[in-house]
Amino acid sequence: MGIDPGRLHFSWISSAEATKFVDVATKVIEEVKALGPADRFVKEKAQVA
Amino acid sequence: MTEYTQKIREIAKKLLSEGKVDVVIGFREGTVPLMAEPCLVSDPAGVDQLVFNSFCGVNLANYLPRRKDRIAVVAKGCDSRNMAQHIAENQINRDQLVIIGAPCTRMMDRRKVAAAVDGKDITSVAEADGRLTVTGPGFEKVLDRESVLQDNCAICVHVNPVLSDEMLADPLPEQEKDRYTDIREVEAMTPGERYAHFEELLSGCIRCYACRNACPLCYCPTCFVDESKPQWVGKSIDPTDTLTFHFLRAFHCAGRCTDCGACERACPVGINVRQFTKKLEKDCKELFDWEAGMSPDVRPPLDTFRPDDPGKFIK
Repeated sequence: MGIDPGRLHFSWISSAEATKFVDVATKVIEEVKALGPADRFVKEKAQVA
Repeated sequence: MTEYTQKIREIAKKLLSEGKVDVVIGFREGTVPLMAEPCLVSDPAGVDQLVFNSFCGVNLANYLPRRKDRIAVVAKGCDSRNMAQHIAENQINRDQLVIIGAPCTRMMDRRKVAAAVDGKDITSVAEADGRLTVTGPGFEKVLDRESVLQDNCAICVHVNPVLSDEMLADPLPEQEKDRYTDIREVEAMTPGERYAHFEELLSGCIRCYACRNACPLCYCPTCFVDESKPQWVGKSIDPTDTLTFHFLRAFHCAGRCTDCGACERACPVGINVRQFTKKLEKDCKELFDWEAGMSPDVRPPLDTFRPDDPGKFIK
């Protein structure tokens, strides 16, 4: 669809796997931050003069 | 083709006068050439308006969901697959249907025919021996059938109906085709190029929803784009809204689309809508070895779970 692969993550985490959740969340944040602000699928607010 | 027309009329007359069905759904000549239109006949006296030619592209499976009566319906290969899909999705009962199977000689694209005569007014067309004779004021042109086929028909590998109660002719040979050359080109792009490609592809979209309305799969009582509480997708022609509509619609059709080409045929601005559905069709074929609508008795891949379902994308 034109989404950077780094912005889309799938993971299977059980409710008992707190540490895995932390690891995945941290990794997702790092990767997305590295990519910077998204410029696709972004809708500008209507400009009212 | 005229043989098909004759046979359809005979079968329709027989079924209606014997009271076996309440209505026959077929095609009749449209008000302009190159446009056969869907037609519901419930009186045996009306069967003579039924025809079958190379412009019967409309997918008649679209007229079945939520009907309660007994229906005879003309089905090309793709129509019959959508009917099988409807049966699997509980949209219609098999015993309500008498399917009149038409081994399809593949449909022609009215836009390609119009382009071949430089957009001149066409007053009549005649088909014979793989050729199409197009006539209008002051001109007559003979076209090769293969050159004006609909894009999806040119790569069709299932022209024969998968379900039928009556057959209009013996099954035709199926062609072997690589169906996905165009999709591989899009797959090879970088995400940025792909986004630009889709934006360009949809730049003409006016959000008329003709693609959705023509699609036999789009039978939801309220479509997600019409929903207002909550409003899932903006109603403007902002590129993001338009992309969202097309992507979501395609995903709703994943594993169900038979590539009948209804969406593309209906599009008033000629967008290649099939680019979206076809990618998902390709994925279903490669990941689940699945082709939609080949049998009403097999559950589609997206509503079954198998332990060996591909899951490499999950970390």
